[in-house]
Amino acid sequence: MHPAFSVIFLTTLIGAGQGLFMALVTGQVYSLANLLDPQDSVTFYATGSVLALVLLGLGLVAAVFHLGKPSYFLTRAWRGITQWRTSWLSRELLALPAFMLMVALYAGTHYFGFTQPWLVVKGQLPIDATLVLGTLGVLLAVVLFVCTAMIYASLRFLQEWHTALTVANFILFGLASGFTLAAAFSAWSGVALVGFYGVWAVIFTVLAAITRGWSMYRNARIKHKSTLQTAIGIRHTKIRQKSMGFMGGSFNTREFFHGASVTTVRAVRLFFILMVFLVPIVMLAASNALESAYLPMLAFVAQYVGLMAERWYFFAEARHPQNLYYQSVA
Amino acid sequence: MTQLALVIDLNVCVGCHACVTSCKEWNTSGWAGPMVDHRPYDPDPTGTFFNRVQMFEVGQYPNTETVHFPKSCLHCEEPPCVPVCPTGASYKRKDNGVVLVDYDKCIGCKYCSWACPYGVRELDEQQKVMKKCTLCIDRITDQSLPEKERRPACVLACPTNARLFGDVHDPDSEVSVTIRENGGYQLMPEWGTQPANHYLPRRKTRIQIFDDELERADNPLKKEAPLPAAEGETLDDVAY
Repeated sequence: MHPAFSVIFLTTLIGAGQGLFMALVTGQVYSLANLLDPQDSVTFYATGSVLALVLLGLGLVAAVFHLGKPSYFLTRAWRGITQWRTSWLSRELLALPAFMLMVALYAGTHYFGFTQPWLVVKGQLPIDATLVLGTLGVLLAVVLFVCTAMIYASLRFLQEWHTALTVANFILFGLASGFTLAAAFSAWSGVALVGFYGVWAVIFTVLAAITRGWSMYRNARIKHKSTLQTAIGIRHTKIRQKSMGFMGGSFNTREFFHGASVTTVRAVRLFFILMVFLVPIVMLAASNALESAYLPMLAFVAQYVGLMAERWYFFAEARHPQNLYYQSVA
Repeated sequence: MTQLALVIDLNVCVGCHACVTSCKEWNTSGWAGPMVDHRPYDPDPTGTFFNRVQMFEVGQYPNTETVHFPKSCLHCEEPPCVPVCPTGASYKRKDNGVVLVDYDKCIGCKYCSWACPYGVRELDEQQKVMKKCTLCIDRITDQSLPEKERRPACVLACPTNARLFGDVHDPDSEVSVTIRENGGYQLMPEWGTQPANHYLPRRKTRIQIFDDELERADNPLKKEAPLPAAEGETLDDVAY
């Protein structure tokens, strides 16, 4: 498949945004259980949510450029929510704005200080608007992760994507980059949660390394169901295409081939393995030891750049069965 | 229920591309148009086509055969491209089973083309909407045309009659009988898409003739030799 930069930006940006929001709510829940110090509503939770909202908004902007014409966003994209019964893309188009609304409400309740408990469970657990909105937001974040991943995982012809590992990867990459960003945000705002978020970021990064490694292992050994024989229905062991029917390119030759050399694809794979997994873990560990405020930020930047490469590779490694029909330019 | 479809006879197709050009000619100026060409006179021309004819070499030299393979939307009975469309622009007509795109609803997200294993959907570079074979819907449903012209442009153009058009759900239609009797098959059956279009395989037509079938044993025109009657009855006499 041809890696589209609009989709690379969309999936990595909203993944980090979702992860960051889940990290913030996790912090709030931990402080509720007196496992962490409670943080300031405005400078930490509201500001952090706005940061998540910015990432989600940038993702949405990237998504607009995936449309045929950006103007379709204003004139036609509203129809995109109508087919939620059958289309995961439609479900994502519903889940993304719903999640953004929830993040905005969460940020608003924290900013305007609507944190008086509605009720106190057993005299110990105060339940306020932010907790309810935060919990709903986390649920929507998971829903959005599943919708985004299922857009790819539901295409049964693309066997490299058609696996539960795709969903696991999207969730764990989002959580890893989100918690790394939460550590960076804590370091930047001088909050003593760098270690907490850093540890979780390392855990999610390691888990993501396991599931991504597993899917790469699976995809390297994949046996494609479609062959040239089933594609044209001729039962012969030796078939070669002599002509695809045209000399120039077409949509089929542009959209489904990445066009990069084997060396480039391997280099991208090596690059993302280093930048997504190894570099952030080393940086987060070093920041813990050195108490550096900049290393978590550098860790997030490195991991984000690595995730863009990972998403490029995700597209490049998927081989579409239609390519069987476009093997020979003539 | 009606399911209109094409049956393409690979034994007959000579790869002349007449279906490709007539398809483009009809559809670029019709309901589905325009089918835009970009850089038509430059080194890398590109454009939207609903129909292509490809060539495959089968076998090892010198025992090879060239198979001309016309390729267009197969109008699947379980079209994987339709449910994935977020806007409902892709749909399958209830009355005749033709898979179509509503160009006024399409947002050009290309997701349907990812969901098609056959690669028969093309994004139009100018309109930026997904386009595909319509089975000449504006022709086959046009009641003002004489009935024999209510067929897709590619079918009408084919000089060797390699393309048949009809209802594959009607067991007595020409296409159904041909599929049944001549080994019609579907492409990539492994995905369960149930393509409505069928292909007929290459086949060898051979008749076996023995020498005694070429020459009648008691041919009266054979003057040189004595008639076999002298040697008793022949099989021809008995049969008569």
